[in-house]
Amino acid sequence: MKSAVVVFPASNCDRDAQTALKQLTGRDPHMVWHGDSALPSVDLVVLPGGFSYGDYLRSGAMASQSAIMRAVKAHADKGGMVLGICNGFQVLTESHLLPGALMRNADLKFVCRPVAMTVEETQSAFTRKYDKGQRVVFPVAHGDGNYFADEATLDRLEGENRVVFRYVEGDNPNGSARNIAGILNETRNVMGLMPHPERVVDPLLGGTDGVALFQSLIEALS
Amino acid sequence: MFSMTAITPALVKDHGLSEAEYRRILELMGREPSLVELGIFSVMWSEHCSYKSTRFHLRRLPTKAPWVLQGPGENAGVIDIGDGDAAIFKMESHNHPSFIEPYQGAATGVGGIMRDVFTMGARPIAMMNALRFGEPSHPKTRHLVDGVVRGIGGYGNCMGVPTVGGEVNFHRCYNGNILVNAMCVGLAHQDKIFLSAAKGAGNPVVYIGSKTGRDGIHGATMASAEFDDASEEKRPTVQVGDPFTEKLLLEACLELMATDAIIAIQDMGAAGLTSSSAEMGDKGGSGIELNLDRVPQREEGMTAYEMMLSESQERMLAVLKPGREAQAEAIFRKWELDFAVIGITTDTKRLVVKHKGQVVADMPITALSDEAPVYQRPYAARPAPAGNPAYDAKRPLLSSLKTIVGAPDMCSRRWVWEQYDYTVMTDTVQQPGGDAAVVRVHGSNKGLAITTDVTPRYCKADPKEGAKQAVAEAWRNICAVGAKPLAVTDNLNFGNPQKPEIMGEIVAAIDGIGEACRALDFPVISGNCSLYNETNGEGIFPTPAIGAVGLMGDVHRMATIAFKREGEAIMLIGDTRGHLGQSIYLREIEGREQGAAPPVDLAAEKAHGEFVRRLIEQGRVDTCHDLSDGGLLVALSEMALAGDIGCEAGVAGTTVEAIPFFFGEDQARYAIAAPVEEMNRIEQEARDAGIIHAIVGKTHAAKTLRIAGAGEIALADLRAAHEGWFPAYMAKEEVPPVN
Repeated sequence: MKSAVVVFPASNCDRDAQTALKQLTGRDPHMVWHGDSALPSVDLVVLPGGFSYGDYLRSGAMASQSAIMRAVKAHADKGGMVLGICNGFQVLTESHLLPGALMRNADLKFVCRPVAMTVEETQSAFTRKYDKGQRVVFPVAHGDGNYFADEATLDRLEGENRVVFRYVEGDNPNGSARNIAGILNETRNVMGLMPHPERVVDPLLGGTDGVALFQSLIEALS
Repeated sequence: MFSMTAITPALVKDHGLSEAEYRRILELMGREPSLVELGIFSVMWSEHCSYKSTRFHLRRLPTKAPWVLQGPGENAGVIDIGDGDAAIFKMESHNHPSFIEPYQGAATGVGGIMRDVFTMGARPIAMMNALRFGEPSHPKTRHLVDGVVRGIGGYGNCMGVPTVGGEVNFHRCYNGNILVNAMCVGLAHQDKIFLSAAKGAGNPVVYIGSKTGRDGIHGATMASAEFDDASEEKRPTVQVGDPFTEKLLLEACLELMATDAIIAIQDMGAAGLTSSSAEMGDKGGSGIELNLDRVPQREEGMTAYEMMLSESQERMLAVLKPGREAQAEAIFRKWELDFAVIGITTDTKRLVVKHKGQVVADMPITALSDEAPVYQRPYAARPAPAGNPAYDAKRPLLSSLKTIVGAPDMCSRRWVWEQYDYTVMTDTVQQPGGDAAVVRVHGSNKGLAITTDVTPRYCKADPKEGAKQAVAEAWRNICAVGAKPLAVTDNLNFGNPQKPEIMGEIVAAIDGIGEACRALDFPVISGNCSLYNETNGEGIFPTPAIGAVGLMGDVHRMATIAFKREGEAIMLIGDTRGHLGQSIYLREIEGREQGAAPPVDLAAEKAHGEFVRRLIEQGRVDTCHDLSDGGLLVALSEMALAGDIGCEAGVAGTTVEAIPFFFGEDQARYAIAAPVEEMNRIEQEARDAGIIHAIVGKTHAAKTLRIAGAGEIALADLRAAHEGWFPAYMAKEEVPPVN
C-alpha cells in the first residue's frame, strides 16, 4: 500500500501518522506539503491531526481551502482512499467530503484520554479486520470533536451503515450526536474519525487497537 | 545625536532603577543616557534579567558532571544521553503575568520555555508544569486555575508537544501570587547544538518570526516588583501568545539548523530585542549594530524605545554566516514567517541602535552584562521549628485516609491533565499520574524520565532542609520508574529579596539544593529565579521547584505505581520513624501546620534510590512508588487505585504506632511490589546491602484496602474521594460577593 500524509501548517500528528504507516506498511509514506497542487500516485491519503493554520477560524476551515485539498478531492472522486484523523476529520467536513460538522466539545474543554468505542461497521476498507460490535479503545485529544448533523443526515448515515465507530454509551467525550466517533462518505472510500488510531499501534503506548484499521487498508488495497 | 528627553529622578524610579544604580549608569556611560538607553538599562538590570540578588549565591551550585555538555548560562542546559543524542531542558516561571491574565500568562510561559529549548537545536518532546494557586475558597482561585490550565493546553496542544505531568498545590500563601513554572525537555544531536555567542565581526544579524508590536513592554520590570491592589492595571504588559506562529517558527528553525548557516541564535524572551542582542554580543565578545527601520513591525509609528522593549512573542534573533541570508530567507518564506536582516556584528563590543537615521543608543555591552549590579543583600536566618508534634492516636485511620486522598492538595489531578494532549508524538510511555513521566527517545528503546518537585510547607518551616527534600524527591521519582537521575533545572520562587528574612530563605534554599545535588551527583544545568512574589507585603512560601531528567536504557524495563498482580508481597524500603512534623496528615486531619520539616539523609537517598533502580533495570520489579506527601498509606492507596487491585498492610519492622507509621513523611522511602519468591531474594539483598526494609503487606483479590487493626475500605470509596474533588470544585459557580 502506497500512502501520503498531508502536512498543513501546524499539523502536529503528521509524524505520528508517518511512524504508524511506516511501522505497519513497511514503507515510508510521502509527506505532502499543503501548498502543493498535486499528490503523488498513492492508494491512501491521510489528513493528520493538529491545529492546521492554528484553527483560529473554525477548525479545519482554512485547511479545506488549501491547494492540496483540490487534489485530495480529485483523489477521492476517483475512488482513492482518504483517512482523516482528528483535525483531518474536521478538514474533511469543512471540505464537504464528509457530511456534518464538528463543534466545540459539549463541556467546552479540550479532552485527552482513552475512550471506548464499538466498531459499528466492518463492511469497509477501513475496518474489515475488526469484528462487528468489537470494543476498541483509542485515545482522543481534541477541543472540537462534537459531531453534529441534522436528523435526516444522521438517519441516512445510520441507514446506509456509514457510522463506523461509536463511543460506548457513557464514554462520549465530547457530546457527539448519537455517540458518533467516525463516519464514511457515501462511496465508502473516505473516513473521518476523532479518536487517534495511529496512537495505539504499540503495546508500550497503551494498546494496539489501532493496528487493525491500518491492516484493513493494507488488505483492501493490496 | 540623541533626542532630548530629560532623565528626571521620577523617570529613573519609574524604570525600577535605584538612585545608586542610576549613578552607576552615569559612570559607565560617561554622560546622561538617552531614553532608549535608560529603557535598555532598566530591563537588563532588572532582577528578572540580571539575577542581581541571587547571582552571587547561585555560583555555589554544582553544575558539572562528565555528562553535562552545557551548564547554566545558555538558553537551556544540555546533557549527554548516549548514542550522540542530547537532552536539552530548562524550567522557567511566568508567575506575575499569569496572575494578571491567566490564559495568556500561562500560554506565553509555555511558548517562552519551548523557544529556549528549540533555539538550541532541540525538538521539544515533553512539557511539565509546576503550578501553585491560592486556597480554594479564595474568590480568584477557580478563575486562575481554569485560565492557567486552558492557557497551558491551548499553547502546548497546538504545538503538538505532549504535556506529561507536573504539580498543582493550593495554599493561602499564593492567594496574591500564583506560581506558573513551565519545564520543557527537548532532544537534539550532540553535533547540532546551537549557542548564543555572536562570534566575529561583519556577520548579518537576522530577525525571524512574528512582527514586533507594542505588547509586553516592561514585562521584565513588572516581573521584578511586588504587586499591590493596582497590579491588575498592568494587564497591558502581559503578552499575547500565538502557538500557530510558534509551531511554524519551530519547524522553520529546525530546518535552518539542518544547514550550517547559523553562527548563533537566541530567542527574544524577556526584554525582547534588547536582551537577545546584548546577550549574544556579550557571549561572542563582539558588538552589535541594529537598524530598527528594518524590524518587521505590526503597528505604525513605533518608537525605538517601544521596539527595543517590546516582548512580542514568537521571535528569534540569529547571526548568520555572511552570504547565507538568501538560503535562510527562503526557509522562513516557505513557512510564511517574517525574515529581515536588521543589523551586523562589529568588533566594538558596543550595542549601537539606529532609527530613522539617528543613533538612539550607543552603549558598551559589558555595561549591560558584567557591569550589571550584583548584590550581596543582607540576610537573616530564621530558626526552624523543632520537634515531632503530638497527634490524637484515637482518630480512625481509614476515614482519615479518605479525607486525605480527597483533599485539594492530594486528590487526582485528572481534571488538569486531561486538558493537555499527553499522547501526541507517540512516545509517552509513562503517562501523567505516576512518579515521573517517561518519554521514549524517538526511534529507540531509550527513555527520558521527567519530574518536577518541591514541598513548599517544608521549605517554609526550614528552607534548607526543604530545598534538599525537593532535590531528593525529584531524585526518588526518577529512580522509582527505573531511570538514572542525570541533572536538574531549578526554578527559585521567593518573595522580596530586599527583606533580610526573605533573602535568608533564598540563601538557605540555594545551600540546600547545592548540598543535595553534590551528594547525589545531580548537577544543576539551567534554571530561573522569580523574586518579588509578594502582594501588599505578604510573600509566598519559599518555593524552589526542582525539575529533573533521568535516563533509562530500555523502556520495556520500567516501573509504574500500579499494582499489577494479586498475591504479591509489598516491601517498604527506608527507615520509618513516623515523622509527622509539617505532614499532610497533621494539616488535613488535625488542622495544624506545625513542627520540623522531615530531615533528609542524602546518603540513604542515594543508596535506596540505586537499590530500587537496579531491581527495575534487572526486570525484577515493575511496581514501585516513592513515598512523599501523605506517607505510606497514601502511596498504597494510589498503587491500588492505579492498578484497581486491593491490598492489605500492617505496621511492620518498627515500634512506631499506626498513625505515624502510615502517615509519617520520613524521606528516602519507596514501596515496591513483587512475587513472593522474588521478594524473598530482594529481602536478602537488602539485608546484605544494609538497607532498612520491611514486608508490610500483600496485594489481594478483594478490591479493598485492609489495614490490620483498622478495618477495610472499598477501592470504589477511595476512588470516589480521590477523583471527586477537582471536577466538583471547578464545576461550582463563582460565589457572588456579599454586599
